[in-house]
Amino acid sequence: MKLYCLSGHPTLPCNVLKFKSTTIMLDCGLDTTSVLNFLPLPLVHSPRLSKLPGWVSKDGTINLEKELKECAGRVFVDSQPEFCLPERELLDLSTIDVILISNYHCMMALPYITEHTGFTGTVYATEPTLQIGRLLMEELVNFMERVPKAQSATCWKNKEIQRMLPGPLKDAVEVWTWKRCYSMQEVNSALSKVQLVGYSQKVELFGAVQISPLSSGYSLGSSNWIIQSHHEKVSYVSGSSLLTTHPQPMDQSSLKNSDVLILTGLTQMPTANPDGMLGEFCSNLAMTIRAGGNVLVPCYSSGVIYDLLECLYQFIESANLGTTPFYFISPVANSSLEFSQIFAEWLCHNKQTKVYLPEPPFPHAELIQTNKLKHYPSIHGDFSSEFRQPCVVFTGHPSLRFGDVVHFMELWGKSSLNTIIFTEPDFSYLDALAPYQPLAMKCVYCPIDTRLNFHQVSKLLKEVQPLHVVCPEQYTQPPLSQSHRSDLMLELQPPPMPYRRCSVLNLPFRRRYERVYILPELANSLVPSEIKPGTSVATVSAVLHSKDNKHTLQSVPKPPPAPPTKKRKRVIEEPPVVLAPKPLLSGAVPLEAFLATLQKHGISEVKVEETADGHILHLQAEDTLIQLEEDGTHIVCDNNEPLRTTLRDLVLRFLQKL
Amino acid sequence: MPEIKVTPLGAGQDVGRSCILVSIGGKNIMLDCGMHMGYNDDRRFPDFSYITQNGRLTEFLDCVIISHFHLDHCGALPYMSEMVGYDGPIYMTHPTKAICPILLEDFRKITVDKKGETNFFTSQMIKDCMKKVIPLNLHQTVQVDDELEIKAYYAGHVLGAAMVHIKVGSESVVYTGDYNMTPDRHLGAAWIDKCRPDILISESTYATTIRDSKRCRERDFLKKVHESIERGGKVLIPVFALGRAQELCILLETFWERMNLKAPIYFSTGLTEKANHYYKLFITWTNQKIRKTFVQRNMFEFKHIKAFDRSYADNPGPMVVFATPGMLHAGQSLQIFKKWAGNEKNMVIMPGYCVQGTIGHKILNGQRKLEMEGRATLDVKLQVEYMSFSAHADAKGIMQLIRMAEPRNMLLVHGEAVKMEFLKGKIEQEFSINCYMPANGETTTVTTNPSVPVDISLNLLKREMALGGTVCYGDGFLVSSEQALKELGLNEHQLRFTCRVQLQDPHSDPDTLHRIYTHLKSVLKGYTIQHLPDGTVMVESIVIKVSSSAEDPNTKVLLLSWSYQVTFLRC
Repeated sequence: MKLYCLSGHPTLPCNVLKFKSTTIMLDCGLDTTSVLNFLPLPLVHSPRLSKLPGWVSKDGTINLEKELKECAGRVFVDSQPEFCLPERELLDLSTIDVILISNYHCMMALPYITEHTGFTGTVYATEPTLQIGRLLMEELVNFMERVPKAQSATCWKNKEIQRMLPGPLKDAVEVWTWKRCYSMQEVNSALSKVQLVGYSQKVELFGAVQISPLSSGYSLGSSNWIIQSHHEKVSYVSGSSLLTTHPQPMDQSSLKNSDVLILTGLTQMPTANPDGMLGEFCSNLAMTIRAGGNVLVPCYSSGVIYDLLECLYQFIESANLGTTPFYFISPVANSSLEFSQIFAEWLCHNKQTKVYLPEPPFPHAELIQTNKLKHYPSIHGDFSSEFRQPCVVFTGHPSLRFGDVVHFMELWGKSSLNTIIFTEPDFSYLDALAPYQPLAMKCVYCPIDTRLNFHQVSKLLKEVQPLHVVCPEQYTQPPLSQSHRSDLMLELQPPPMPYRRCSVLNLPFRRRYERVYILPELANSLVPSEIKPGTSVATVSAVLHSKDNKHTLQSVPKPPPAPPTKKRKRVIEEPPVVLAPKPLLSGAVPLEAFLATLQKHGISEVKVEETADGHILHLQAEDTLIQLEEDGTHIVCDNNEPLRTTLRDLVLRFLQKL
Repeated sequence: MPEIKVTPLGAGQDVGRSCILVSIGGKNIMLDCGMHMGYNDDRRFPDFSYITQNGRLTEFLDCVIISHFHLDHCGALPYMSEMVGYDGPIYMTHPTKAICPILLEDFRKITVDKKGETNFFTSQMIKDCMKKVIPLNLHQTVQVDDELEIKAYYAGHVLGAAMVHIKVGSESVVYTGDYNMTPDRHLGAAWIDKCRPDILISESTYATTIRDSKRCRERDFLKKVHESIERGGKVLIPVFALGRAQELCILLETFWERMNLKAPIYFSTGLTEKANHYYKLFITWTNQKIRKTFVQRNMFEFKHIKAFDRSYADNPGPMVVFATPGMLHAGQSLQIFKKWAGNEKNMVIMPGYCVQGTIGHKILNGQRKLEMEGRATLDVKLQVEYMSFSAHADAKGIMQLIRMAEPRNMLLVHGEAVKMEFLKGKIEQEFSINCYMPANGETTTVTTNPSVPVDISLNLLKREMALGGTVCYGDGFLVSSEQALKELGLNEHQLRFTCRVQLQDPHSDPDTLHRIYTHLKSVLKGYTIQHLPDGTVMVESIVIKVSSSAEDPNTKVLLLSWSYQVTFLRC
C-alpha cells in the first residue's frame, strides 16, 4: 500500500492511495496562494495600478518592464493570476480509479485532474459539496473571465531570470507548472463525473474495497472518508471541526480501529480562538460604522459567511446597526444563500429542528426579507444605484487579487475611516494587502478557522487510536514563527509519518487475510472435528471462484463417470482430474499399540529394532520394513498393493488428519 | 436453515393500515404503522395483540420503519408507541419526520374534535412519539445495532417517501412502501440498486393496471377541468394536502398561464402555505428539473392559486377548488361535495385511490344515492370523474423494480387480493421466483441459504489452486494445512511409502535412469517430470532412484518413494 503526495499544502491536500489494486485520489486541493504574486485585476480601470513602474534589475541587465510591476517595494506579475496545481508528474493521472472529495474547498483543482489527462474514473462527493463547490468554481471562472487580460507573462518564469528576481517571486516554487484558471466548460465536464453519496453510505469499489464518507463537522456536506476492506481500514481525515457551527457534528467513533489514519486540514490559525475572533469581528465592525466608515469583509461565498451573518443577525439590534445596509456581492451570492437553506439533512440538530416547523434553517432568510441584507451579482447594475454608505460589504476573493473586492480596495483604501476585516485564514493579510500599499484604511485580522487544533486532534487520536498516522510534515514541527511552541505540533507514539509534496510513502501494513464465502452446499458438507478444546477444524476441498474481486468456494464438481473403456492408453491421455487432495497428518504412532494392532490383523512375525530416532519394524513374513519415528512413518514394501493399503490404514488410525 | 418470516398486520391483500412484521436473522422489524381510512372501529388500527397479548412492544421489536407520511402508513404510530407502548427506535426520512406529525394532528382533530371520539391519542402523545424518531438520509447505511443495518432509497410517490433495505448478515429484505417508477411534475422516479434481497415486499395498488402515458392523463385532466369551467360549472378536486395536490397545482398553474384563464383556483385552508414551504425547504427531494431551477424560480410559489374560504363555495360562477381530505370521508372536501353534488354542471375529480367505505369509493363505484349521517340521503347529480394520478407503480413499474433489485422471492402487500393473484402469476412466470401474498395475520416463511464468510490467508488465496485448505472454526479462518498445523501447535507426521521394482537393463545406472525419464516423459503427458542432478527422477512428487543389484549388474533395482499426500495417477 502506497501513498503518493501531490500537494505540499497541508489544508489543500491531494494524495493518491494505492490499496488492493485500486487507485484512490483523496481530495484535489488547489493552492491559490500563488495568486498573491500577481497584480490585482481591477473591475474598472485603475489609474493607480496602471501607473506602477515596471521592474528592471538594479544593474539594468534584466528588463521585464512589461511583465513585472513594482509597488511599495514589492514586485508583482502583471498577468492573469495563476494557480499552483497538484503535482502531475508523480504518477499517471489516467490510472486513477476514483477521487474522494472531503469538502468544497478541497476540490478546486478537479478540472485540472479530470480534464485532458485521460482520467476516466468517478468522483465521489456529497450533494452540498458538489453544489457549493460548483458555485465556488463558477465564481472563480466568472472573476477571471469578466476582466480578460490579453497579456500572459512567461519570461519571468525562466529559471535564470527568476533567480535574479526579488523575493518572494524568487522563491516561488514550480512556477512552470502554474496554470491559468479553467473554463466553465471544463468545470461542467469535471463535475459531470461526480457521483453523489450520503454520510455513512457504503460504496463498493470493484468489490475490492469499500469507501464511506463520514460527517466531519467543518462545512455543509464536508466529510472524512473510510477506505476499508474486510481486514484493513484507512481513515482519511481532512478539514474536521468539533465546534458547534452550522454543519452536522463530526462523526468520531467511526474512525476507530484504523490501521492508518491520514491526517490533513488542521487549523491554519492554531493560536486564534474562533469565538474570540468572532467577537472581535463584531466589535470592530460596529466601531467603524459608528465612526461613519465602511467595513469590507473579503470572504468566500460559502462557509464561515453563514456563521458571520448569523452572528450579525443577533448582534445588529443590540449594537444599534438596524439601519446599516449589509451587502453581499458575488456572482453566486443568491445561489449560495438559497442553497444553504435546502440542505436540512446536512445541518446541525438545531437547524434541522427549524426545518420541521417549517422555517428556513439560517436566519439570513429573515435578514433578506427585512431588507437588512442585500445581495448582488456584481458592483455593476442594481448595486451601483442602490448602494448607500456607510455600509458593510461581504465580497470575494479573499486574496484581494480578483473579484469585486478589488474595486472596494481602490474605493475605500485611501480613507482611515474605513476598515477591512480579514476573516478567511487562507492568505497572509500582509501579502494580500501588499499591492495596495500605501494604505490609509484600518486593517483588522480576525481569522476564523474552525478546523481541529493540535489540542483537539491529540485528544481525538487518543480516542480513536489508529495504529499509524500519516500527516503533512508541517504538523511534525512547531510553526517557524513560534519554534518554541512544542504544543503546536503532533507528538505521537509511534511518531507520525510525515509527507511533503512529491513524497511516496510505503504505508506500514501487510495484508494477511482476505474474505471468501463458502457456498451453503459446501458449508453443509464440512465436518469439523475438535482438535483441542474449543478449536475445531475441518478440511475444505473446493474450487475457488474469483469474480469482481469476490471469492467464493464451491464444492468440487463430481467428475462425470468415465465411459467404460478397454484401451488403457485412452485413460492415460485423459487430462488429470482434480481429486480431493489428501490431508496432512499429525501425531505419532505408539509402538506397543501399533504392534498389537498388527497382531490383530494377522501380522505377528515382527522384529523390532531400536534406532536413534525410533524403531524399525521388520515384518519378516511379508518382507516389509516399517520405520516408526516421532514425526514420520516410512513403509518399505515391494509390489504388494493390498498389504500396503492395509498397513497404511492401520497407521492412519493413530494419526489426526488435517 | 435460516428463515425470514413476514407477517402483515395490515395491508395483507388489502389497501390501508399498512403494517408488516419481518423477522430476519433474529431481529424483528415493523414496517409502517398505518391506519385504515374505511373503518371507525377497532379495525382502524393494526392488531398489535398479535405481537404480544400483554404489555409493551419494546422488547419484541428491534425497530420500526415508516416509509412515508400518508396516514395509511403512519396513522397508528402514536397509538402504537404511546398507548400500546414502544420505546425503541422509529426511523423515517427528514421530510416524513417533518410532515407526519402535522397530518397526525390534523387527523386527530377530525376524529376527536369533530366526531367526538374519546380513547384516541392526544397531541402530547404525537409529540412524545416523534421524539422517538431517528431521521434517515437517502443511501445512508444506518446501523440499528451491531447486526441490523438499514438503508433508504428514493421512492417517488410523495415528498420524502422511501424504500428501505434491511440487512442482517448476508440476509436481506427490501420494503418498497408506496413508490412510483415514473417521474412526475414534482417528484423523481423510484430507484434501487441491484441489491438482490431474499425478499422484495412490494405494494401492488395498481397490480393489474398498465396506465397510459402520463402526458395523456394530464391532457385528459386539463380538458375535463377546462370543459367544466367553460360551461360555468364548479370543479372539486379532493386531495391530501401534501403530495398529489402540489403536482396538480403545478399542472393547473401552467395551464392557466398558457390559456390565460380567469376562473379562480382555490386551495383549501390550513396546510397550503405550510405545505408549499415544506416543498421549498426539502427541494432536494423533488425532481431534477425543479431542483435545477429553484434559485431562479421556485415552482412552489403559485400565482393563480389562492387560499379558499368556506364562504366561497356559494359564490356564483365557475371555480376550481382543491380540498382536503382526498377520499371525501370527512372535512372540507366532504362539505363542499355536499353543497355541489346536486348540480349536474359541477364535477368532482377523484385524483387518487379511495379505500372501501369512503364516500369517494362509493361514488366511484357509480352509487348515485348516498346515505348521510342522520338518515338523510344525498342525490349525486354532478359528474364524477376518476383520474389515476396517485403515484403508485403500475404492473409495468413493479416488474421494472423487480428487474432492478433482482430479489430471490417476491411478496405482495397493499393491494386487492384478486389483482395480486394476477400479478403473482405474471411475476412467477416471468422471473421464475416465488411470489407470496399473505393475508393479514398470515405468516410467510422463506428459507434463505446464506453463504458462510471466512477469512482466508492471502498466501493461500494467491496460490489460486484447487484448494487444499483448512477452516479453523474457532475464528472462521481459512488457512493452508501447513499453517493450520503450525497455528494449532501440532507437529506434522510424514507417512511415506517405498517400493522396489526390479528390471533387466544392461546400461549403466545413470543411463537407465535417463531412459526411464525419457520414457515417462513420452507416456505421461501433462505431468511434471524432472530429472534432478542428484540422480533422481521426480514425477510430480514421486521420487524414482536406480541402483544396480549387488549380484547382477544387469538387474536394476528401482526405488519408488512417495508420501501419503500423493494423489495417484490413474494409469
